[in-house]
Amino acid sequence: MMASVAQRLRYRDTSSRGSPPRTAAVARHLALRGAAILYLGLIVVLPVLAVIREGFAGGLAALREALAIPYAWDAIRLTLITSILAAVINAVMGTALAYVLVRFRFPGRRVLSSVVDLPLAIPTLVTGLMLVSLYGPNGAIGGWLAERGIQVVFTKFAVLLALLVVTLPLVVRQVMPVLQELDPAEEEAASTLGANAWTSFRRVVLPAVRPAVVGGTLLTFARCLGEFGSVVLISGNLPGKTLTAPVFIFQLANQFRPAEAAAVATLLFALAFVLVLVTARLTRRREDA
Amino acid sequence: MSAVAARDAVPTDLERARRRRRLVRSLLVIGCVGYVAVLLLLPLIGIIRTALEPGVGIVRETLTLPEVRHAFYLTGIITVITVVVTTVFGLIVAWVLVRQRFHGRAVMNALVDLPFALSPVTVGLACVLLFGANGWFNEFFAARGIQIIFAVPAMVLVTIFICVPFTIRELVPVLEEIGLDEEDASRTLGASLWQTFFKVTLPNIRWALGYGVALTTARAIGEIGAVLIVSGLIKGKTETATIFIFTAIEERQTAEAFVVALVLAAISIVLLVLLEAFRRRSEKGRGHTT
Repeated sequence: MMASVAQRLRYRDTSSRGSPPRTAAVARHLALRGAAILYLGLIVVLPVLAVIREGFAGGLAALREALAIPYAWDAIRLTLITSILAAVINAVMGTALAYVLVRFRFPGRRVLSSVVDLPLAIPTLVTGLMLVSLYGPNGAIGGWLAERGIQVVFTKFAVLLALLVVTLPLVVRQVMPVLQELDPAEEEAASTLGANAWTSFRRVVLPAVRPAVVGGTLLTFARCLGEFGSVVLISGNLPGKTLTAPVFIFQLANQFRPAEAAAVATLLFALAFVLVLVTARLTRRREDA
Repeated sequence: MSAVAARDAVPTDLERARRRRRLVRSLLVIGCVGYVAVLLLLPLIGIIRTALEPGVGIVRETLTLPEVRHAFYLTGIITVITVVVTTVFGLIVAWVLVRQRFHGRAVMNALVDLPFALSPVTVGLACVLLFGANGWFNEFFAARGIQIIFAVPAMVLVTIFICVPFTIRELVPVLEEIGLDEEDASRTLGASLWQTFFKVTLPNIRWALGYGVALTTARAIGEIGAVLIVSGLIKGKTETATIFIFTAIEERQTAEAFVVALVLAAISIVLLVLLEAFRRRSEKGRGHTT
């Protein structure tokens, strides 16, 4: 009773004398919202509109023309396939790494955890050079392999390797916090009830981390589709063979063919969008069931 | 007798299970460490070896070259501007997203993530379409004698675009978690908006903000695709550190390229240490509030 009266009094208090400060507060809110909208509008929306408009300038005919550019479809296909492969591999390895980092205690765990994050901090171009210096013909491992007739750099495998490195932390960082929240007692209970390690992982851990794994995998896939810096030095950019879509777009833009570059970019973006949408729909349905 | 036999049998079964579990554990750890070693650790050692192959003197020689100095200077300028802009506006956007309810809030939320979905190369291309010859704004700026494309302004613009999400995505969950109570208390006690922000809000979000800023710094220093397209590759003018590496490799000046790459790798390892420290503090801070 007392509380409600006090509340009512206080409420009336502010409303009776607080009229000018209230309008000031509303104005401040609107000003901040306006600044946020202006910032995102100018920095994010405008460039995206420019690409989409240029890409669809001639309607869907532009997309057909994009496909007609020599090597365009090869580049897009290579990028799609390597991106899907990288996303799947890092989904598995990323989940395993997260599990190992959270559940096991072993010497060097902290170092491993930090090294996994390295691709977040290191320039992608430097990542590419790192791989060239090790797997290139003059590198320690590359030289050894070259003597046995195996070439790594300037192949499709090199593209995949670069993508795997730069996207390594994405799934790990999504899954780790979820695992930290998950009580190990649940797994222990499963194993006391006779489940083997794999069953208890599949039945207890996997359902809990699945949304994080899916999110991290989609992030990985999106990142792979656009990756330029780590790939450009190690792939050799041979048209029709190891030329990826982002490098192709770069070359078109550099040769002052922005319209064609925009067409290829739009096509790639559209395909990626459809793929992500389908994946999201599929996983959501499975979680509803 | 039979009781003893049973007691002997049970431990061996358990023992076998335990031994198998330990084996699986070891294999998992070895597999993961091997994966990271092949992808990251060994290549990192590889680049150090390759860069220092001509002798340690090469580092000083390269770093005294005027074009290398200018490249680092330009990278520094672009990074500082990007960090300031994305931090100030990132705080505003995050605050609006968490504290205000309005039509189009979901759209704003999605827009923040849009740069994650776009290739840096596409971002550079967009900048060319907006400010290049026949671009939407080309005439406007050309008439005023302001050079945007193939100059530093465009390079700053694309870097900001790419770094938009980092700070905001770190700040939003923390702002949501700390809620309004402390801020409201501070305001009722008569503190001004600025006092409330600097004395109440900022201490709560500082580690998350630090993490976002460190991530932004790393990405701004390392950006290549977008910056390369809008730079026009003008030697000694629009060459950042990463662009210097790119052109040096193309022109077979590999020794210099590797040294600059080594310096960038060293900078990013420092940033990585900062990132880890900020993350740990931020997680600890959040642990206290919940």
